[in-house]
Amino acid sequence: MPRDRSWHLESDWLSKLVWPVAALVLLLLFNWLFTPGFFQVEVRCAHLRVPLAEALTTRTVVSHLAEHPGEILTDVHLYGTLIDILNHGAKVMLLALGMTLVIATGGVDLSVGAVMAIAGAVAAQLIHAAGVPFPVVIAAALGISLAAGAWNGMLVGLLRIQPIVATLILMVAGRGVAQLIADGQIITFTDERLVYVGNGHLLGLPFPVAIVAVALAATVVLTRKTAVGLFIESVGDNETATRYSGVNARVVKFMAYVFSGLCAGFAGLVAASNIKCADSNHAGLFLELDAILAVVVGGTALTGGRFYLLGSVAGALLIQALTTTMYMRDVSPDIAPVPKALVIVAVCLLQSETFRKKAAALVGRRPA
Amino acid sequence: MRRRIPAKYIPLAATALVLVALYTAGCLSYPNFASPRVAVDLLGDNAFLGVAAIGATFVILSGGIDLSVGSVVAFTSILIASLVGEHGVHPLPAIAIALAVGAALGSAMGCLIHFYRLPPFLVTLAGMFFARGMGFVVREQSLGIKHAFYVEDIIQNLAIPVSRQVSIPFTAVCFVVVFVAGLYVAHYTRFGRTVYAIGGDEQSARLMGLPIGRTKILIYTCAGLFSALAGVVRTFYMQSGDPASCVGLELDAIAAVVIGGTLLSGRVGFVAGTGMGVLILGLIQTIINFQGNLNTWWTKIVVGLLVLVFILLQNVVAAASGRSGKGG
Amino acid sequence: MPMEEAGQSVLLEMRGIGKRFPGVQALDAVDFTVRRGQVHALIGENGAGKSTLIKTLTGAYRRDTGTIHLDGRPIDPRTPKDAETLGISTVYQEVNLIPHLSVAENICLGRQPTRFGAIRWRAIARRAVEALARLELELDVSRQLSSCSIAIQQMVAIARALDISAKLLILDEPTSSLDEKEVAELFSVVRRLRDQGLGIVFITHFLDQVYDVSDRVTVLRDGRLVGEYETAGLPRVELVSRMIGKEITQVEAARPDRLPGAAGGAREAFAEVRGLGRKGSIAPIDMTFTPGEAVGLAGLLGSGRTETARLLFGIDRAETGEVRVGGRKVALTSPRRAIRLGFGFTPEDRRVEGIIPNLSVRENIVLALQAGRGIWRPLSRKRQAEIAQQFIRALGIKTPSAEQVAANLSGGNQQKVLLARWLATQPKLLILDEPTRGIDVGAKAEIENLVGRLCAEGMAILFISSELEEVVRTCQRVVVLRDRAKVDELVGPRIDEQAIMHTIAGHDHAA
Repeated sequence: MPRDRSWHLESDWLSKLVWPVAALVLLLLFNWLFTPGFFQVEVRCAHLRVPLAEALTTRTVVSHLAEHPGEILTDVHLYGTLIDILNHGAKVMLLALGMTLVIATGGVDLSVGAVMAIAGAVAAQLIHAAGVPFPVVIAAALGISLAAGAWNGMLVGLLRIQPIVATLILMVAGRGVAQLIADGQIITFTDERLVYVGNGHLLGLPFPVAIVAVALAATVVLTRKTAVGLFIESVGDNETATRYSGVNARVVKFMAYVFSGLCAGFAGLVAASNIKCADSNHAGLFLELDAILAVVVGGTALTGGRFYLLGSVAGALLIQALTTTMYMRDVSPDIAPVPKALVIVAVCLLQSETFRKKAAALVGRRPA
Repeated sequence: MRRRIPAKYIPLAATALVLVALYTAGCLSYPNFASPRVAVDLLGDNAFLGVAAIGATFVILSGGIDLSVGSVVAFTSILIASLVGEHGVHPLPAIAIALAVGAALGSAMGCLIHFYRLPPFLVTLAGMFFARGMGFVVREQSLGIKHAFYVEDIIQNLAIPVSRQVSIPFTAVCFVVVFVAGLYVAHYTRFGRTVYAIGGDEQSARLMGLPIGRTKILIYTCAGLFSALAGVVRTFYMQSGDPASCVGLELDAIAAVVIGGTLLSGRVGFVAGTGMGVLILGLIQTIINFQGNLNTWWTKIVVGLLVLVFILLQNVVAAASGRSGKGG
Repeated sequence: MPMEEAGQSVLLEMRGIGKRFPGVQALDAVDFTVRRGQVHALIGENGAGKSTLIKTLTGAYRRDTGTIHLDGRPIDPRTPKDAETLGISTVYQEVNLIPHLSVAENICLGRQPTRFGAIRWRAIARRAVEALARLELELDVSRQLSSCSIAIQQMVAIARALDISAKLLILDEPTSSLDEKEVAELFSVVRRLRDQGLGIVFITHFLDQVYDVSDRVTVLRDGRLVGEYETAGLPRVELVSRMIGKEITQVEAARPDRLPGAAGGAREAFAEVRGLGRKGSIAPIDMTFTPGEAVGLAGLLGSGRTETARLLFGIDRAETGEVRVGGRKVALTSPRRAIRLGFGFTPEDRRVEGIIPNLSVRENIVLALQAGRGIWRPLSRKRQAEIAQQFIRALGIKTPSAEQVAANLSGGNQQKVLLARWLATQPKLLILDEPTRGIDVGAKAEIENLVGRLCAEGMAILFISSELEEVVRTCQRVVVLRDRAKVDELVGPRIDEQAIMHTIAGHDHAA
């Protein structure tokens, strides 16, 4: 019996992670060399403004916290460009989690941006309604996102409409629905609990990052501790053989879209909370494309099959780091899409077998 | 001989029905709806969308998709505005340059899609990002076009007077011309028929000896050209260029194509349908404007539902005709 | 009546054609000659090389060795368009035309008559009508192609070939989806074209049709030429034996050791099939499955074996007949229903319908078992690994570990993984479609023994195979199919290779 070398073959996901992480490292290196102050992280609480290195080595922060233990949970803030990347990238990371599962089944969900707008509008409206407890506000926003996902899942799973088309419908109509809910207004709110969702801190990190961490953990548990992960990968890789093995492919696809809707709901809450208002026109605009890009960069093939949650998160971080780098270099955010485009093309080419074969042939022809 | 509408024309007939129904409903509901001004505005206001949608029709017919439409329109508009306003180039060569750039971008996308078998979705997504960003590289803010050619020729001299108050704007003329050209290419050229064949069954088309590669690259080149042309028409319409404009235009174009009876998977479709689809979108907006108290977001909802209805209709028709043909 | 050969000139001459793919010699010094005014059938079992030979002719493949002469001149087609220009046209089984375009357009696609660049539609319609007239076919050429029956679509494909002025017409398994009447119509067209001087290559696996329409027949086996014969002069049994590779006289009259079925007396049937059929797939068929008994399904390629299996497993919907399991009537509407009834199925095309290529061996093995348990009762990783190891050992699956990606395994080992997948669900009826194809001799024996063991343990098995030896060895009952219908059922002592071959061949065709 050959020695069990399964750990070696398991590193398939590690090898997929290499690309986005390597790109991320390159980007960080670039910033370390050329962007002063990029890596500075500051700890702030109450009146203190202490660089992280100092906070870890001296007792300034620790002694303050010992005196005011109540501040530890939500009143310690970490600040810095790195933290910003995590914070701003949270929305795309959340979307990417749901998008990963959808793409793994061989589909795509173009409606997540619109669903974000809907969730934000629902939350903003309900928070102003008298007598609605806060948990209900959140539940309503998430509930409607789940319903949106179920709508997509029904179109794709039951009516067998092509995913691009099916989710396109909600992408177009969804913003209209959001505006309907918001009565065409941009609804501002000041309720501090809702504001906390996007702007608060938990144990030093911005709250959206905490949401991402929990969502990532939950997704990993959902897919790896139940049979859902296996079924999703199987359906995306070879749907016919999977059906012949007794898996209900329709239900599996349905669940993926529902989950994507839920993720969009969370992202929508964060987005609305970030700017303290629900803007149905602009919330989540084109974030679905960033999410798809993150998933593809992270190693999940657009045609479906094996998915890599960590890879998608890394991909989202890469995109956000790219955006932030450009911002720090005083490049107009409007021009940021250009390098994004080049990254997409580069990643696609690298993943394309045809390209790799042609490139290898080209290299091979060079004289030794 | 009994006359029956062949199954494949049913979606087109449905589109025409919707168009007529909408227009009639509008005429019945609002006093000034049936005036020539409304009709002329309908054509003129939606001209640039119409041009873009016709280009998109060819891409979708072949089974592909083009997400870069809106960005290319915005890019070419600011390119022209900048060339004319900041670099003193006469509008005509500026327009020629813009068209060339659009075609080049489309060609690049087509090559990536064909030679490396990259998915059209991702390649045109990259194209969209690229064009959008490049628009801002050209100029960060919008810029009006004050050249005499635009101010005088386009608005006054080239408009066709219909009555004392109303004249057909040049943009509408462009729309009609491009529409007719699109119809011609789709039905009277080998290129157009090859596009239909590729969308129908690429494998079979290859076995039948059709020039797949050349045609595919040409399709995306044309799409880029049409998007650029739409950008030109938009400069006629707005008398300015704006890199931030036309966000989401590709979705409107796709909606117009689908409502016009073209399947998003390709192979079945009508340029005529797209033309009608554009008019339907315009009519919806016009009706909502006339209504006054309805807000424009209803447009989005109605459009979304219309797309759904047409897709379901197409599925039903496809299932029905599929059962009578291949089987067993 | 076939023309005299001496009077017909040679149209196509292929000599010494060889083609190698990684790991397999697909064609080995094959000769193939077609004369004008002749219908030449090309037959052979799976892997014989028929389609490879034709693909070297139509430009899809490039031959490694050998020469091709058309009308005396050497040719070297590299693309389908080359072949077309040379006058070689092919009509494929799947009718490679564009379904949503009209009949007329399909006939002229790519060569539409134009004036100043604009297509002339009237001219297209006229040309299409003329092309169809050559086949004595009248049709509304403005109809959408997909609204015509497959038989008509094939005629359109032939008309297109003629419009391109084909000299050589290749029909690649044209009758698979046609009913009797349509086949007769097709053949009358073929005869008419032959009389007009065309050379026609007819690839098929329907024996009756070979005798019906062809003048000469070439048999290939394992990439080599077995022989070229005058159809009228070759008895059917001899043709069958040439295809299978067994000299009818050399087959042992004595039966080889047959695996015993389950011990014990008559058992109650697990499943009864009465009149199960579907147009174009299989004529109504009766079968009975008893626990502990292996039923063989024998017949040549294309006789309807896989089609029967698909009906049983619920992949295709039956149009006639009924199935009873445990005495109760059941509707086999989907694989899930069949699985719940205790069925299992290893498909013939394991790459497309069986293996999940990018998943590991372990995941492939536990898939059906997990599907039965549903989403919320996952098998723990440890348990999955245990099950996988158990079957890797039991079936001798060669893999560095259970985590190896399934696509990297050899064909034979992939087959074993599929077997393991179903065995893990402990089915009551296991349908095996060509389970030993592409497996080495040692592993074949292992699988045959496995079948015997499973029967001894009380499983019912449907064993589909083109290797008669295997069928004879493992089955206690053999259903013989020919040309999509059941012709006979052999039980017990009557089962031997000779008998099966005779049953497949049927009566000798009177010239």
